[in-house]
Amino acid sequence: MPEQKVELFARRLDPGVQKAVHDNSAAGTLKRYSILGGDYDTPDELRRLAGQIRQHSIEHLDTYLEQAEKSLHRHGAHVHFAVTAEDACQAVSGILERAGARKVVKSKSMISEEIHLNDHLATRGIESVETDLGEYIIQIDGDHPSHIVKPIIHKNRRDIARSFEREGLGDYNDDPETITRRARSFMRRKYLEADAGITGANFVSAESGRLVLVTNEGNSRFCLAAPRVHIALVGIEKVIPSDADLAVLLNLLGRSATGQQLTVYTEFINGPALTGRPSGPREMHVIFVDNRRSEILASDCREILRCIRCGACLNVCPVYRQASGHAYRSVYPGPVGAVLSPLLAGKKFKELADLPKASSLCGACNEVCPVDIPIPDLLLKLRNRGHEEHAPSPGTPPMGAFAMLASSPLLWRAAMQGSRAMNLVPLDKLPLPYLQPWLKTRTLPEWRGGSFRRWMKSRHSR
Amino acid sequence: MTISSRPAGRSVQLMATCLCDAFFDSVAKATVEVLEHAGCDIEFPENQTCCGQPAFNCGDWPASREVMRHTVKVFEGEKPVVVPSGSCAAMLFHGAVLEFEKETDLPAVKHLASRSWELADFLVNGLGIQSWPGRFPARIAFHRACHTRGTGSGDAALQLLQSIQGLEVVPFGEAEQCCGFGGTFSVSFPHVSSSMGCLKLEHITAGNPDFVVSGDMSCLMHLGGLAERSGKPVKPLHFAQILQSALHTHA
Repeated sequence: MPEQKVELFARRLDPGVQKAVHDNSAAGTLKRYSILGGDYDTPDELRRLAGQIRQHSIEHLDTYLEQAEKSLHRHGAHVHFAVTAEDACQAVSGILERAGARKVVKSKSMISEEIHLNDHLATRGIESVETDLGEYIIQIDGDHPSHIVKPIIHKNRRDIARSFEREGLGDYNDDPETITRRARSFMRRKYLEADAGITGANFVSAESGRLVLVTNEGNSRFCLAAPRVHIALVGIEKVIPSDADLAVLLNLLGRSATGQQLTVYTEFINGPALTGRPSGPREMHVIFVDNRRSEILASDCREILRCIRCGACLNVCPVYRQASGHAYRSVYPGPVGAVLSPLLAGKKFKELADLPKASSLCGACNEVCPVDIPIPDLLLKLRNRGHEEHAPSPGTPPMGAFAMLASSPLLWRAAMQGSRAMNLVPLDKLPLPYLQPWLKTRTLPEWRGGSFRRWMKSRHSR
Repeated sequence: MTISSRPAGRSVQLMATCLCDAFFDSVAKATVEVLEHAGCDIEFPENQTCCGQPAFNCGDWPASREVMRHTVKVFEGEKPVVVPSGSCAAMLFHGAVLEFEKETDLPAVKHLASRSWELADFLVNGLGIQSWPGRFPARIAFHRACHTRGTGSGDAALQLLQSIQGLEVVPFGEAEQCCGFGGTFSVSFPHVSSSMGCLKLEHITAGNPDFVVSGDMSCLMHLGGLAERSGKPVKPLHFAQILQSALHTHA
C-alpha cells in the first residue's frame, strides 16, 4: 500500500535528528509555558485578545494597507506592491539594479524563502548573504530551514563545524563559541562591503508607518548600518492597526517563540535617513507581497493569516516532533505549515493536500497559538477540500460504506452482532489493508458487539 | 469548546458511542451505573449508531453529515445528551457545527450541540457533583483526552477521581502531548502514531502507575493495544469504570 509522505519521511528520519528535534521542541514548549504562566495570570485571555487584534487587522486589510502606504510615504519610504512571488523578486532586483547594488546582506525573512529570493538574485549576479547564523548555515549547505524560528534545529554542531571548514572559515572546530566568533568576523566584513540590506518585518503599524523587526542576533541592525539601500519584504498580512497593538503582540511573540519576555533586539524603523535623521540607509523600499494571501483571505481558512510566525505550534506538535520540518516539503512546516503551505500552493494544492492529514487533530497547536488560530478546524476544512478535489490520500479508508451502515440502525445492529465473529478469525492473517497497520504494533480488544444493548434491554424488562 | 448554558437536569439521553457498542460494553455499563447513582433517569435511544467522526476526520464531510443527520434525528428532544467520550462529545458540540456551517439544517445540529455533554463535565459542571464516594486503592496516570482541551472535562474528571479514597494520581512528563490515536490517523500514519503512543507510554510508566485512565476509550484502545503488544505493565481503564468500582466498595 502506498504511504503518506510525512509518514514515510518520519519512518526514514535519522534517529539522532528525530531526537534533537523532539528534545529541542519539548524544551521550547516548556519554556513558553513557564514564562507565559509566570508572567500572566490569564495568558489565554491575552492570546484571545491578540487573536482578535489580528483577525480585525486582516478583515480590514484593504483599509490598513492603504493607511500603511500613506504613513510610510510620509517617512520618505518607497512602497511597492507585488502580486506574485515573481513580481516580488523582480521588484527587489529592479531596485538593486537601479541603485547599482551588487552585494546584499540579508536578515532572516520567511517571505524571502517563500519567493526563493536568493536563487533569483544569484541569476542576476547579485551576491546575497544570509546574516542570521542559522540561515547562513542553511545557505552554505544548500539546505532549507526546517523550523520557522530555529532553521537549523535538524543540524548538530559537528555538521556545522564541517560546513565551516569546507567554506574556508578555519580548521574543524565544533565549539559553539568558536563557530559563532568565526561567523561574526566573516559577517562583519560582509556588512561593510554590502550595498543593500534586505529584511523582512514582523509588523507594520498602519497608523505610524513604523516597521518592527525582532531578532536575537542583532544582525538586522548591522544589515541597515552600512548599506545605502534598505529593502523590506513584507507579507500584506503583517499590517496591524497601530503601535498600541504591539504591546499585546510583542509580549506574546518572544514568549511564544523562544520563551523570552522580549527578543534581544526590537527595532522600530521610521524610514530612511533624512535631514535631521542621519542614521540608516538613504533609500528605503517596502515591498508588500501578496503571493496568494488575497486568495486565502477570501477563503474559509482566512484565520491562518493571523499567524505571527512564532513557531510555538511546531514545538508542541507531536507529529512535527516525530517527522521534523523537512517532512512538510515546503517553507512553512508543522501545524501552521500544514494549513498555509497547501493554500499558498494555489493550483498545486493537491501536491500538498496530504499535509492537513498529517495530524492527530489533538489541538495542542491551537492551545499554544499566541493569536488563537483554530488550526485543527482549518486542517479539517482542508481535508474536506482535498476530498472534494480528489487529492490522493494513501491509507485513508473510504467512508461511503461506513456512512451507509451508520445511517441504517437495523443494519448497524446486525453488523454489531455479527462483528463478534471477528473473534474467531485470525485477523492478522487476513488481507485487510486498513487493519494490518493497526495490528502491527497494537492488539485489538475482544469484539463484544451488541452486549451493551442486550444488557440495557434486560434491565428495562426487569 | 464549552457551550455555556447547556441544559442539565437528571433526565438524560445516553450516547454510548460506537466503540462501546462494538468493544467496551463494560464502559457503557459503568456509565449507566454512574449516572444512575447521580440520580439520573436514562433514555437509551436504540437507533443510535455513531457520531460520524471517522468520516469527518477523513475529510469526507458529505458521508459524515449523512451520519450526523441520522444522529440528530435519533437524539431529538430537549434532554441533555451525555457521552462517555470527550472525542464523540466534541464531535456533537463542535465538529458537527463546523461541517454543517453552510447547510440549511444547521439549526437542528446546533440544537443537539447545545445539549451535548462529556460525562465528567456533565457530572461536575452540569449536576454540580463535587466529590465521589467509595474507595479505589490504586495509583493511576490520568491522560487528558485531546478533544476536551479548552473544556471543563479534564479538571472535572480529576476532581472526582482525586476525591475517591485510596486513589493516587501519578503525574507524568509531556502530559499535554497526544497519545497518537487520532482515529484513522492511526492507520494512515502507523509509524508516527505508534511512536507517539510509545513515547506517551514511556512517560506514563515512568511513575509505575497501576492504570492509565482517560475519559476516552479511543485513546485507551490505542494505548492499551500498544502496551499489551510491547509488554508494558499498565492497564487502561475508563474514568467511569473507576467511579463504578468505587461505588461498589461504598455500597
